[in-house]
Amino acid sequence: MFLGIDIGSSSTEAALISEDGKLLAVAVRNAGTGSRAYEEVVRDVLSEAGTTMDDVRYTVVTGYGRTLYKEADRQITEITCHAKGVRYLMGRVSTIVDIGGQDSKVIKLDEDGNVKNFLMNEKCAAGTGRFLEVMTRVLGCSLEDLSDMADRSTRFIPINNVCTVFAESEVISRLATGEAPEDVARGAHVAVAKRVMGMCSRVGYSPKVVMTGGVALNSNMVDALSQELGLPVEVPPHCQAVGAIGAAVAAMETYKKIMGEES
Amino acid sequence: MAEENALTSKQLLNELTAKHYEGALQAKAEGKPVAWATSICPDELLAAMDITTVYPENHAAAIGARKEAMKFIEQAEGDGYSSDICSYARVNMGYVDLKHADAQDIPMPDLIFSSTNICHTVLKWYENLAKKLHIPLILLDMPFNHTYEVSDNATKYIRGQLENAIRQLEDFTGHRMDYDKLAEKMDMNNATCEWWKKATDWGKVNPSPLNGFDMFNYMALIVCMRNSEDGHKLFKLWYEELKQKAEEGKGPWNSAEEKYRIIWDGIACWPHLSTTFKTLKKYGVNMVTSTYPSSWYKVYETNDLDGMARSYTGNYANRNLDFGEDLMSSLIKDFGVEGVLFHSNRSCKLMDFRCYEVQRRITDKMGIPSVIFDGDQTDPRVFSEAQYETRVQALVEMMEKNKELKRRGDLDV
Repeated sequence: MFLGIDIGSSSTEAALISEDGKLLAVAVRNAGTGSRAYEEVVRDVLSEAGTTMDDVRYTVVTGYGRTLYKEADRQITEITCHAKGVRYLMGRVSTIVDIGGQDSKVIKLDEDGNVKNFLMNEKCAAGTGRFLEVMTRVLGCSLEDLSDMADRSTRFIPINNVCTVFAESEVISRLATGEAPEDVARGAHVAVAKRVMGMCSRVGYSPKVVMTGGVALNSNMVDALSQELGLPVEVPPHCQAVGAIGAAVAAMETYKKIMGEES
Repeated sequence: MAEENALTSKQLLNELTAKHYEGALQAKAEGKPVAWATSICPDELLAAMDITTVYPENHAAAIGARKEAMKFIEQAEGDGYSSDICSYARVNMGYVDLKHADAQDIPMPDLIFSSTNICHTVLKWYENLAKKLHIPLILLDMPFNHTYEVSDNATKYIRGQLENAIRQLEDFTGHRMDYDKLAEKMDMNNATCEWWKKATDWGKVNPSPLNGFDMFNYMALIVCMRNSEDGHKLFKLWYEELKQKAEEGKGPWNSAEEKYRIIWDGIACWPHLSTTFKTLKKYGVNMVTSTYPSSWYKVYETNDLDGMARSYTGNYANRNLDFGEDLMSSLIKDFGVEGVLFHSNRSCKLMDFRCYEVQRRITDKMGIPSVIFDGDQTDPRVFSEAQYETRVQALVEMMEKNKELKRRGDLDV
């Protein structure tokens, strides 16, 4: 069996793949680097698959906290892992948009699923999941409710500030002048989508476009991005765990390569 | 016999750096004039007039590398300079107020000598210095070259300014320019630049005996010692050491092997020099070259002021995108470069603006991967180690993939 772990900034995932490449188990915890969630997700996938670490032949770890998991055989970046994960789950894909807690990335793939080019957001939190988290605080809702709230919007309110801190003040002043929270919520989604759209344009995008990462669970965000791109945006199953699944795929490939070389 | 006691180039570099600053402080103490000048300027004129020169950019870099920049940056920002302004400028403006750095002190100037071939921030930064300190400013306006080659008009315009600068220097010092001495300085400048170029060309060998981060360090002296015997000696010695290493098949480091060869585009992240270096080395990544070897290759015919004008306005930062693309492409070819690491340097708008387009063109034309990371030349706040490493690692993964394809014969790059 092959284990992949993705230790992100706000969540941690693990995935387990069988010898013949079947996805056996996936686990997600909403705690990232700085927590010990990686121990929990590993325990979760092993117990779901009814197995132990003794059966794991190779482990790949990815994500910002990748150095935390010392037992891994190899570290690989999220970029390569997302590419592998998407290829595994969705077949041929041309563009991946991954909106994570701290990073957004747009990855362009070639026909064989290799990374051709990619772009990550600049240092600030604009265009990342953190931006939406900050908005929920001001709008007084949970992350889960944010998407539904934005779905009820009837009027477009632009959020113009790209800086998360300034955007927060902008949203507060919009609410103070009596704008509906639903419209402001939609405005926040569109603001992130526009930022990501800029990255897509720079890297170059074409169908099929797939969105991964925790933010892909937010259907309003997927819709906003799809509207900006003028293309359908698909979301794979286990969208939050694509990095971990890709890491497990990388573990399988690396192991088979090593075995091949040895024999 | 003498060989045994001979200094290594690294020891000589440290010795000469100390001598440069001590000499400047001494000159000031003796009442001799001191100029502050920009990093790629025709300082042969100053040397021929016996004016001791120090370089605020070098000084700011040294302060940054010693992790002392914040004190000066905070001083400058407190004084009203925006955090969006170049951090070399902020460090230097802060130093003008505080007048002491543990890293290194420099004498306050009697003259400002500024050349806009490196950027247009220096136009106002150096003007501000002159105004604040009530001292004369000699400004050489070297407009951005929108045409591929330096135009004849630009050459004439700058030549006129060089002649005018000589008159201004004569007024300032009260004595005439000694043209024989100027010719000597020009000769020496040309000779030193040749050794700088020849030394940095050793990066072409595989594995490269040159560690690109050493080049960052030696750069300090190509800024300030092009026209001196000391500088000449240093770069010749460095060349010889690299030659020997190359002949012995030695790579850039003793403790690790060179696995990947890259260009680092842009200024170093001085406050995070060690982190940026070690992260690359960890993956076996060596910076074999950059645009810097050519930027300080200021060679022209002695006594030819037109040639001097063309050379000084012709550095990479002052050239158009087509030139940038061609230079980068030939470096990739000549140095066997497998990837490019672009430093998106918050301080340097000029470099950042061109970075994305050069990256796009290079990726299309040369088929090698590249990544951009955020940082700053001296402001330590604008850098994230984790983000840097992720980008470096991604670059390594893409370079490895290319190597694999090459091994399988699927890629003929």
